[in-house]
Amino acid sequence: MNPHIVLRVGAKLLIPVIVLFGLYVQFHGEYSPGGGFQAGIIFAAALILYALIFGLETVQQAVPPGAVHALAGLGALLYMSIGIWSMFAGGNFLEYKVLLADAQLAETAGIILIELGVGITVATVAITLFYAFAGRARPGHDGD
Amino acid sequence: MAVALATVWIRNLFAATMLMGIFSLLAASLYVLLDAVDVALTEAAVGAGLSIILMLGALVLTTSREKVHDARHNLLALVVVLITGGALIYGTMDMPGFGDPQAPAHQHVSPRYTQESVAEIGIPNMVTSVLASYRGLDTLGEVLVIFVAGVGVLLVLGPGRYRRRHRGPGKEQE
Repeated sequence: MNPHIVLRVGAKLLIPVIVLFGLYVQFHGEYSPGGGFQAGIIFAAALILYALIFGLETVQQAVPPGAVHALAGLGALLYMSIGIWSMFAGGNFLEYKVLLADAQLAETAGIILIELGVGITVATVAITLFYAFAGRARPGHDGD
Repeated sequence: MAVALATVWIRNLFAATMLMGIFSLLAASLYVLLDAVDVALTEAAVGAGLSIILMLGALVLTTSREKVHDARHNLLALVVVLITGGALIYGTMDMPGFGDPQAPAHQHVSPRYTQESVAEIGIPNMVTSVLASYRGLDTLGEVLVIFVAGVGVLLVLGPGRYRRRHRGPGKEQE
């Protein structure tokens, strides 16, 4: 515990900022560079940093792999259900402007929702990949 | 370019992974210079960050030294690579000049995107509106590709060991 005190304190300071930046990139993607893909990766990076410093078990207690797998499917499902919803509302697949009365507002809302789906799927798949690789590291191999 | 060549030449896979990260970071700064900030952000996050972490994870599972093969070079492979590379370079001869306003890419749907997307979609970032609205189906495809990639890794590697109840002696290693 003691030898990595600087890493631990530094990570504790950094991780909240990284998560906040991820949320900013996610929900400010309409006004500034960013969007679901980038935000998802940034979000996953915060979790991976935590796992690298505090150990995989600690992270998996907070964010269990089962929940991550479920969320990965849920993100893609959210994206597709927006598309199917717009079909039920009388438009084409993923035609957002039929969702609400105000076409411009509906486009914006649709984009925010599907970006949310993209972000959830990308973040959880990235975390899944990391779990899959890191979870197989043998005790003899100390490399993380 | 020098970094890319060094990545190919170097035998230590750990150093090669680090060089790839540097290459991604340089590419990201190049995208910033070209005003493609969205792409730069993606390249920096995915190329320089996540993929390097995953490669390091793979190196931990395997080995960090590249196997040195027989030094005799495969002549057929060299010929194939030269022909393919020559064909690709020949293909770039037909491309319009950089920033040419008459280029086909600036003629077809771009004027509509650049001039009307703000009124149609109501958000200032054109990249987002093209990505998520005009080409929404393509983006759905990308998300599904990522999802399928995650499922594939899970199928091949297994879901990782959960190790919550049973803690082996290797627990304190990190």
